[in-house]
Amino acid sequence: MSTREEIDLDAVPVRRLNRLLQGRDGTRQAGSFDVRNPRGRHALAAGLVDPIDVVIHGHAGYYCAGMNQQARVTVAGNAGTGVAENMMSGEVRVHGDASQSAGAAAWGGLLTIGGDASARCGISMKGIEIVVGGSVGHMTGFMAQAGCLVVCGDAGAAFGDSLYEAELYVLGKVESLGADCVEKDMDDRHVARIEDLLGRAGFAADAGAFRRYGSARQLYHFRIDNAAAY
Amino acid sequence: MCGIVGLYLKNPDLRNRLGSLFAPMLTEMTERGPDSAGLAVYRDQAPAGRVRVTVRAPGVDWHATGERASAELGTPVTVTPMATHAVLEAAVSGEALRDWAEAGDPPLRVTSSGTTLEIYKEIGLPAAVLERFGVPQMSGTHMIGHTRMATESAVTTEGAHPFNTGDDLCLVHNGSLSNHHRLRDWLRDHQGLRFQTENDSEVAAGYLTWRLMQGATIAEALEAGLRDLDGFYTFAVGTRDGFSVLRDPIACKPAVMAETDDWVAMASEFRALARLPSVDDAVVWEPRPGQVYSWGRA
Repeated sequence: MSTREEIDLDAVPVRRLNRLLQGRDGTRQAGSFDVRNPRGRHALAAGLVDPIDVVIHGHAGYYCAGMNQQARVTVAGNAGTGVAENMMSGEVRVHGDASQSAGAAAWGGLLTIGGDASARCGISMKGIEIVVGGSVGHMTGFMAQAGCLVVCGDAGAAFGDSLYEAELYVLGKVESLGADCVEKDMDDRHVARIEDLLGRAGFAADAGAFRRYGSARQLYHFRIDNAAAY
Repeated sequence: MCGIVGLYLKNPDLRNRLGSLFAPMLTEMTERGPDSAGLAVYRDQAPAGRVRVTVRAPGVDWHATGERASAELGTPVTVTPMATHAVLEAAVSGEALRDWAEAGDPPLRVTSSGTTLEIYKEIGLPAAVLERFGVPQMSGTHMIGHTRMATESAVTTEGAHPFNTGDDLCLVHNGSLSNHHRLRDWLRDHQGLRFQTENDSEVAAGYLTWRLMQGATIAEALEAGLRDLDGFYTFAVGTRDGFSVLRDPIACKPAVMAETDDWVAMASEFRALARLPSVDDAVVWEPRPGQVYSWGRA
């Protein structure tokens, strides 16, 4: 039978919470944890390595669930800058909005944002899957290298700027595309990919109505013809 | 870095708690700015025909200052000391009272002028600055404040925020400007503005003052600032009736806002708002880049 433990951050410092969740006493951590009174504190549930379940009841501050491996972290509120930054695996779910740089530089796992994500969502992503129920801010997908980003709302200016090989899908309007980002054709594989991600995120949307964006692959290598631009 | 906060009370029943609600907000931003702190408070308006000026002069005999002011200006000047600062009120023009303060021996450094605004600022940890000025006991309609981590100029009281930007207007800034030297020169040499420091934020305040002198509203002045101010910024601007917020279009500097039926608040981070009453029921959002937000009495 699984255990469920409650931690009140008005009584316990964040460092002690994270040591507990990280299993720093040498034992593998298991079970479920309810974190109360987060009050926008930083680095909540960062650096987790075991497949535990953590629910943060309220708004989280910067870098929540950063570097996550295997754990399933839910923020029942909004998340500050850099939620799930550098995530390796596992799942991070934000019920409300996420501030800038959500999922930054993350290698794997699934990040789900119920509301909007602001600027630079998925910046330099390296394999993470991100599903945003609302809209994303400017410079989203900047230098995104691998992984997949699905946006059910609109995308802000300079979407996918200096993009590498991440796959980007948007249901709504894109304010403007960044350098070297272009719209690409959709085929059945892409629709299936979106359906799979929407299903795992628990969002209802018409997968066939999304548009796909990717790299034009013109900025990968230095071209002598462009020397004058530097 | 730097931290900024603002609180406007919509519910008059909360107004005697303004300072006690505001002080923890500013203290929570200590890690963003531990070297100095300051605040602007809008408590009540001076009686009709009177102006209000806040001055700073550590070690001054305020009683003697009041007597000298009354004698030299030829009208009674009330002086209300508050630690290193004092509030002067008199039935003269704001310019006359300001000029008198700055021309004195020793000169009094004017931190604010108008009919309602008071500005207090000092070097030190925010909690110590708040205690020194008795902020938890203050009442009023709204306050904005700043915790400073100096990047562009020296750690001095003069470099602390808020900066007065014309009658009853003030500015706090998180960020750094990159065209403030030329803009300061232009405002000083061609528009006659006076500057007290080498601080970049004071130039932003001077710029807004100049735009307002040209007849712009505060929203118009901020929108013009989007074109003319180069750099990173989140601004909060206090006015007699409320406050406005603007982030630069790149929006590297954070801001979060929250609103209930009783109050409107902004801060660099949500944690500064986390202990306001009924915050769990507040609408919380991140202000969009390049968009002016304003609150206050309509």
